[in-house]
Amino acid sequence: MIPLEWMPPLMFGGLIVFMLIGFPVAFSLMAAGLFFAGIAISENFFGMAFLQAIPQRIFGSVLANDLLLAIPFFTFMGAILERCGLAEEMLDSMSQLFGRIRGGLGYSVIIVGFILGAITGTVAAQVIAMAMISLPVMMRYGYNMRYATGVLAASGTITQLVPPSLVLIVLADQLKTQSGSADVGSMYLGAWGPSLLQIGLFALYTFFLSRFKPDYLPAVPESELTLRGWALWKKCLMGMIPSAALIFLVLGTIMTGIATPTESGAMGAMGALLLAWIRRGSIPNLKGLIQEAYQNTMRITAMVVFILIGSTCFSVVFQGVDGGSWVEELFSNLPGGWVGFLVVVNLFVFFLAFFLDFFEIAFIIVPLLAPVAVKLLAPVLLASMNGNPQAAASAALVWFGVMLCVNMQTSFMHPPFGFALFYLRGVAPKEVKSSDIYWGALPWVALQLIMVVVVAAFPALVTTLLDKPAAVVESQEFNFTDGDEAKSEKIPSKVDEDAPVVFQLDKPAN
Amino acid sequence: MGFWRTLSSGIDRINQLLGKIASIMILLSCVVSASNALLRYGLDISNNWPLELQWYLFSAAVMLGASYTLKRNEHVRVDLIYSQLSDRGRLYIDLFGLVLFLMPACILFAWLSWTTLFYPSWLVAEHSLNAGGLPRYPIKFIVPFGFFMLSLQGLSEIIKRLSALNGKQTLLAVDFHYEKPMQ
Repeated sequence: MIPLEWMPPLMFGGLIVFMLIGFPVAFSLMAAGLFFAGIAISENFFGMAFLQAIPQRIFGSVLANDLLLAIPFFTFMGAILERCGLAEEMLDSMSQLFGRIRGGLGYSVIIVGFILGAITGTVAAQVIAMAMISLPVMMRYGYNMRYATGVLAASGTITQLVPPSLVLIVLADQLKTQSGSADVGSMYLGAWGPSLLQIGLFALYTFFLSRFKPDYLPAVPESELTLRGWALWKKCLMGMIPSAALIFLVLGTIMTGIATPTESGAMGAMGALLLAWIRRGSIPNLKGLIQEAYQNTMRITAMVVFILIGSTCFSVVFQGVDGGSWVEELFSNLPGGWVGFLVVVNLFVFFLAFFLDFFEIAFIIVPLLAPVAVKLLAPVLLASMNGNPQAAASAALVWFGVMLCVNMQTSFMHPPFGFALFYLRGVAPKEVKSSDIYWGALPWVALQLIMVVVVAAFPALVTTLLDKPAAVVESQEFNFTDGDEAKSEKIPSKVDEDAPVVFQLDKPAN
Repeated sequence: MGFWRTLSSGIDRINQLLGKIASIMILLSCVVSASNALLRYGLDISNNWPLELQWYLFSAAVMLGASYTLKRNEHVRVDLIYSQLSDRGRLYIDLFGLVLFLMPACILFAWLSWTTLFYPSWLVAEHSLNAGGLPRYPIKFIVPFGFFMLSLQGLSEIIKRLSALNGKQTLLAVDFHYEKPMQ
């Protein structure tokens, strides 16, 4: 006989063992869920009929989910843009512009990284595109290799945090609780502060390095700067125009309410196709490129959504053996209250990120932590949200989500498994040593961790831009007035005519 | 062994075809979604069926594409241990996972989602509750069908790995080559 209280920790331990075996995560999650469901059924914690909830949940909250459509749209957009020469043009003109100052090539990588991040959200596309252009240039002018690879990996990874970002959308989908939910719009608003501060931090680091170690980041010799004056500015502007148009297509349509976050992803993908078509002259085999892009997109989407299907299976069973209250108890009673909670969670996610992707962390860990986060963090924000408990709960989730998002950037940067480093290795010339790539990443991981601490210490960085409705007695109203789909899902039978779009999905009651 | 290998390559071909269909569905859902926004804003046309169509296409693409993704060995793994192993070791891990993880789970879900998700919906010819919505049962059919095709692909992978272990078949390198997918 196994007491019920033992089941959640056993399940969690079992999950780790199942995943470490190395079989695809999606199916290991399913198997772990079903294995422990078998034990629970034989111990009479719940009956066979309980398993019927799993297909209902898979259909209701994974497949019939408009928000997750953003995954293929943004992936597709990134795959097309990677070959459109957008990064190349901007880097080219920016490095001419900043070239004459020490560290200028570094600044141009950071700025272009931010702009590309505001267009789309795939780290791979961005790191590869930027490294192909900038790394050879930096090598030619004698940049320190560790700095060069580090700044490229970090500026490519920042796309995760800069809206519109797939990570923020996925986190918004997973950060739903009884008392509040983080919608995509608020996640975007909340992420602007930290992402701007982060590129500031990157630039500051570059600045200090260029003062203390001038030979690490030399200025480009005057003779190499061929463009000046009006011609230079014109080239910069011409490089910016397609980016600005794409930023409008994606972010502009969300902010003006023309499109939902999902639709804006689709618009961006269409825009990328259009841009590729306009530049068809300089892209060899455009048709093949597009075909390859949507086929890759399909497989990545199936892979990611199946992780979510697997984790849905696991979490139905986990909740069935009362895992939710186990996690809550575990994290609620930490010394130091909410500070202790944030320290432990961030360390936990930081170490987990060594061997899990952000998708896996978002799908498995985040839903478990969300209720605890609301409980502990909402009181912290209550005063700054005009004393409105509803708004404070949602703001707490946004704050928590953005913090995790900053933290999970490190998962791309950790040597030796970090994806960004992996991509960089793939495109870097042979002369670049792997050890330089690994050592070069470390200062930037440290900068990212500083950002985690800053976001944790100053929630205002995230919450300042959020809506702050005054406290009203019928706090129920606040669930519905925003009209975003995350919230309207809770009222399946009610049609809100004023909302820009209301998706009516037949969600099961559980 | 002849029969099994024919079976395996037959399954591979079917799922490859489904994978092609799935990837076109992804492209279509992108077009549908973008035009939804444009039509609504530009021409003030708003219907429920294209809104439903976009996630129909998405779920169909996911369920149909998963088995082809499995064939291409592109489901992400925690490769802390896996990446250290020899080819033979990886074959054993795969066999273990296919037989004990993938097959039981997918067969169970194919059956469960047929009896509890699709069949009740089909009996009443379930239709979307939204005005102008689409019939609901076809998309519910995709779920058991997808899990069924996934178990078939699992069978094909088992056959391929067994014959690789027996040294009877030299497999195309692509089947075993595992790389973390890009994102």
